Amino acid sequence: MELALLIDFGSTYTKITAVDVEATEVIATAKGLTTVETNILEGLNKALEEIKPFFGGTLPQFQSRLACSSAAGGLRMVAIGLVKELTVEAARQAALGAGARILGVYAHQLTSSEIEQIDGSCPDIILLAGGTDGGNKETILHNARMLAKTKYGNTIIIAGNKSAADEVQDILLKAGKDVRVTANVLPELNKLNVEPARDAIRATFLEKIVEAKGLRRAETYIQGVLMPTPAAVLNAAKLLSTGTEDEAGLGELIVVDIGGATTDIHSVAEGHPTRSGVTYKGLPEPFTKRTVEGDLGMRVSALSLLESIGSRRLASVTGLPESEVESYVQYVQNRVELLPENGKQWEIDTAMARLATDLAMERHAGTLENVWTPMGAMYIQHGKDLTEVPYLIGTGGVIVNHPHPRQILEGALYKQDQPTVLRPKQPKFLLDKEYILAAVGLLAEVKPTAALRLAKKYMVEA
Amino acid sequence: MVEEKKQLTLVLGVIGADVHAVGNRILEYAFTEAGFKVVNIGVMASQEEFINAAVETNANAILVSSLYGHGEIDCRGLREKAVEAGIGDIKLYVGGNLVVGKQDWQAVEKKFLAMGFDRAYPPGTMPQEAIDDLLMDFGFVQKC
Repeated sequence: MELALLIDFGSTYTKITAVDVEATEVIATAKGLTTVETNILEGLNKALEEIKPFFGGTLPQFQSRLACSSAAGGLRMVAIGLVKELTVEAARQAALGAGARILGVYAHQLTSSEIEQIDGSCPDIILLAGGTDGGNKETILHNARMLAKTKYGNTIIIAGNKSAADEVQDILLKAGKDVRVTANVLPELNKLNVEPARDAIRATFLEKIVEAKGLRRAETYIQGVLMPTPAAVLNAAKLLSTGTEDEAGLGELIVVDIGGATTDIHSVAEGHPTRSGVTYKGLPEPFTKRTVEGDLGMRVSALSLLESIGSRRLASVTGLPESEVESYVQYVQNRVELLPENGKQWEIDTAMARLATDLAMERHAGTLENVWTPMGAMYIQHGKDLTEVPYLIGTGGVIVNHPHPRQILEGALYKQDQPTVLRPKQPKFLLDKEYILAAVGLLAEVKPTAALRLAKKYMVEA
Repeated sequence: MVEEKKQLTLVLGVIGADVHAVGNRILEYAFTEAGFKVVNIGVMASQEEFINAAVETNANAILVSSLYGHGEIDCRGLREKAVEAGIGDIKLYVGGNLVVGKQDWQAVEKKFLAMGFDRAYPPGTMPQEAIDDLLMDFGFVQKC
């Protein structure tokens, strides 16, 4: 029997999944409270204790022991570019796709106060872009000189104009920074190239960030912390969509992941226009795209969710008085692991999740802009057209543990009164019932086909 | 041909709500063949897209085309936006059916030059004319 142990070091819990690789069977899952401050291994050990009974009281020999982590704030990044809609957006896409939490996004020449802001946010990695290859050099050089003055942002990945890269590297090396140079995130105006930057971010995560977050201690037992947890989920989404050499995937899909702090949407789709007479504008979107809504979460960000959605709307969905909804939201904020206890609380939690899904999808999906021309009405598409995507997968505690997850997931659907937002129209709803997407993303690193089969097996219809 | 020592970068596009894609492709082909680096932002391009593209690519010139007769409205303010974006001295060329109906070309040209364009071309201009002008404006001497 070939066994794999897949570990997710979270900020609150360390979750483990034990998998029989040959039978593509989840044998056991468990979680233990994470203690990043004292000893990261405590939570893992507690969880391991819990799964022992499944193996006759002693831990078996796991052939693969892989981990991802979002502990201690995950991978915290700042993205810098030149024009907001162009290299800044490309840098942002690269960082998000690598599973980072974005602390700030900066355009044009950095000012002293922006440098202070960057320093104040203590990023793990700064991604410095700007200029197409052979294009503008001035701004990235200026920004490098400014970044040279920072105290904290020590790891800088350069993914900008290749003609300026050497000089930028020199400036930062002289300032004692740890610098990596990788391919430009936007080599030409209409060519997004985020993969090399994503790889560089991930390599840096493995080398340095793992150490900084105290995860190195865990590495004696596991084979290494491979990636940030959101990157593992995105990895799983991509695998499930595109398949492997031996087995086909499901095709295009969207993953909605609602957590306590953020709501993430991952789309694995081309997003080309599905209607005729539509012209695509703006930066091309990555095939695997991730967006993170830091203001939409069930617990840590519950208050900002209330602010973004409005208590009136939240109340009207639940049918409860505004005051009751507000006081519940205030109550759950910072009570991270609190689960709803009665019918009313379920109602509010469901409404919060549904509206978070709704707004997060609205921000993720592309839009149509109606333009009147001498030739009649024309449509310009910005972002991805997701109307025909066949699968929508729900994951995250509130969805997975919900008796009627469709109630939440339907918030993502196309709306008649919002015809210009290109949300999915008739997707099949799937549920990550065993909460294993992150584990699948990890297993994909060593056994892609087994990981794919596992994912297919445990995604049930919602 | 442009001499090897410096390749000029041109931002090319069709402005406003104009969807004339074929002419745009022909221009891209002609300018690329002539040795320029062409950044084609396509049809229905806004002033901001021209400017942003020029900023990121450090372009030497912006070439605007417009065939549907509303060029005058679409082009107004482009020079000012370029100035605001810090690329005020970029060369701006415009060409096509720039105004509604049949108007006296001299007057039209004057209008566009006053708007801050360096050169304006009437309908039916061949690409070679603009290529020659670009080479001249950037100080490349044509041999023979």
